[in-house]
Amino acid sequence: MNTNLFRVCPETGFQVHKPGERLMKANAVAAVVFLLIGGIYGLGVGLTRWPAVHLLPADQFYLVLTAHGLNVLIFWIIFFEIALIYFCSAVLLNCRLATPKLGWVAFGLMLVGALLNNYIVLQGNSSVMMTSYTPMGADPLFYLSLILFAVGALIGCFIFFGTLVIAKAEKTYEGSIPLVTFGAMVAAIIAVFTIVSGAIILIPTFLWSVGLVAHIDPLMYRMIWWAFGHSSQQINVSAHIAIWYAVAALVFGAKPLSEKVSRTAFLMYILFLQLASVHHLLVDPGVSSEFKMFNTSYAMYLAVMASMVHGLTVPGAIEAAQRARGFNKGLFEWLTKAPWGNPVFSGMFISLVGFGFLGGITGVVMGAEQINILIHNTLYVPGHFHATVVLGTTMAFMAMTYWLVPVLFRRELVMKGLAKFQPYIFGLGMTGVSLFLMGAGTLGVPRRHWDIGFAGTGMTHDFPAAAYTMLALNGMSVVLAVIGGASFCIIIVASLLFGRKLGEEKSSPALAANMVTDKEYKGIGLGGLTVPGTLCLTLIFFAAFAAYYFINWKYLSQTWGIS
Amino acid sequence: MSPQDVPPQNEEIPFMQRLLDNPFILLFLGVASPAVLYLIWGIMEIVSIPLGK
Repeated sequence: MNTNLFRVCPETGFQVHKPGERLMKANAVAAVVFLLIGGIYGLGVGLTRWPAVHLLPADQFYLVLTAHGLNVLIFWIIFFEIALIYFCSAVLLNCRLATPKLGWVAFGLMLVGALLNNYIVLQGNSSVMMTSYTPMGADPLFYLSLILFAVGALIGCFIFFGTLVIAKAEKTYEGSIPLVTFGAMVAAIIAVFTIVSGAIILIPTFLWSVGLVAHIDPLMYRMIWWAFGHSSQQINVSAHIAIWYAVAALVFGAKPLSEKVSRTAFLMYILFLQLASVHHLLVDPGVSSEFKMFNTSYAMYLAVMASMVHGLTVPGAIEAAQRARGFNKGLFEWLTKAPWGNPVFSGMFISLVGFGFLGGITGVVMGAEQINILIHNTLYVPGHFHATVVLGTTMAFMAMTYWLVPVLFRRELVMKGLAKFQPYIFGLGMTGVSLFLMGAGTLGVPRRHWDIGFAGTGMTHDFPAAAYTMLALNGMSVVLAVIGGASFCIIIVASLLFGRKLGEEKSSPALAANMVTDKEYKGIGLGGLTVPGTLCLTLIFFAAFAAYYFINWKYLSQTWGIS
Repeated sequence: MSPQDVPPQNEEIPFMQRLLDNPFILLFLGVASPAVLYLIWGIMEIVSIPLGK
C-alpha cells in the first residue's frame, strides 16, 4: 500500500484513499448544487399549483416541472449515490478506489450531461417532463444529455464493482463485506439494470429525434422507459436503507439484529424490487392482467416484505443498542433518550418513518391493480413519490451529508443550531406536500396539469372545494420544505467554505460511537422481548397499513357498485 | 458480520452465504430477473398485439 495515497481518518480510523476521496467530494458537491437548482424549480411548481397564487403561465410551468423532476429525481440523487457507493467501497473496505482517472471521466460525463440537460430545457423546446413520453418530442440534445449522464453513472457503478474486486484481492477485509457496503452493492446492481434499460429506449428515441428512426411505439416506449424511470427510484431505496444501517452503527454503535435476515431482505430487492415498474402500466390496454398482477401484486409484495424487514431491523438494532447502553426502562425510553438534536439521527429517523408510513403503505395501494384505478395519473402519484424519494431518500442523504462533511471534508459544521432544526422543517414540509398531494389526488385532481380549473379552455369540471384547499395547503407545505431544503444547502456550502478546519483533530462528541459489545447486550429488554418498543411500533404500522388498504377497497366499492 | 457468525475455517461455507458474497452472481440475478419478468415478457406482449388494419 502506497502510504502517500492514503490518510488515516482520525474520526473512524479508516484508511482513506486520497484520489478516491477527491472523487467522492466532487460528486457530493455536484449533488448538493443540483439539489439547490431542483429545489428552486420545485418552488415554482408548488406555487403554480396553489390556486390563489398560480405563479407561472402554462408554458413556463411545464418547463419548470421538467427541470424540477430531472434535477432532483436524477441529478441530485445519482451524483450523491455515486459518492455514496465510492465511500461504501473504498473507505469502508479500507482499500483504494479502482481507476480514479476513469472516475473523473465518469464524473465529467455526468456533469456535462446534467448541465447540457438544464441548458436545453431552459431553451423552452424540451418541456416534455421527466417521462418525455413519445410522440411528444424534445430537442435531440435533451436525449443526448440523459445518455451522457447515464453512461457516466454506469462507469461509476463498474468502478464500484472493481473496487470490491480490489478489496477482496488485497484482503482488506475478512469474511463478508459489511452490511452497509452490501446495501450499496444492491443499489449499484439495480443501477446497472436501470441504466441499461434507459439506453435501450433513449438511444432509439434520440435517433428518432434526429430523423434516423421513423417511429417509436408509445406503448413500447412507456414500458421500457419505466424500467429506467421507476428502477432509478429503487436504487434510492437500497441506498437510503444502507444509510439507515450506517447511521444506526455510527450514532449508536448498533449491530444489526440479524445480518442474515437483513442480507436476505436485500437479496429480495435484487430479485423483485424493479418489477414494481409495472404499476405505471396498470391501466395500459396493451399488456395483460397476468403481466400486471404478477409483477405488482405478487413479485412486488416480496420486495415490500423486504422493506418491512428493514423497517423492523433498523429501529430494532437502535433499540437494542440504546437498551444495552442503559436506556432500558419501559417501552420507549430508548427512543425518548435518542439524540433528537443530532441531525444525522433525526434526519435518518424521519426518513425511516416517512418512507414506511407514507411512501410504503401508499405504494402498496398503488401497486394493486383494482384500487390503483382510484388514483391512477392523479396528484396522488407525486404525493406518493415525494414520500419515498424526498422524505425517504433525500432526507436520509441529508442526514448522511451532516456526517460526511467533518469526515470527508474535515470541516466543522457551521450554524449547528439551524442544523438541529433543519430535518424537522424539511420533514414537516415534505410530509405536508405528500399528504396534501395524495389528498387532492384522492379527490380526482390530475397530475401534470397546469390549471385544474381549465380556465379559458371552454371545458369545465367541478372538483370538490376540498381539492382547492388541499392544493393551497400543498403550496404552503412546499414553501416550508423549500425553507428546510435551502437551510440544508446553506449549512453545507457555508461549512465547506467557512467551517473550521479540523485537520487531525477528533470531533467532540465522537462522530463514530464505539460498537456495543456482546456483554452489554446481555439482559436487555422487557418481559422476555429484546426489542419490545420496536415490536409495538411495528404493530401500529401493520394496523395503519391494514386500515388504509381496506379503506381503499371500501372506497372502490362505493365508486363502482356491485349489484 | 458479527464474530459469532464467522464459521470455523474447516467448516464448509453455506450456499446462501457463498451466494450473497459473490457480487457478480448477484449482479447477474439483479439484471436477469427484471429483464425476463418485466422487459422480455412486456415486449413479447406488446409485439404480439395484432396490427390495426
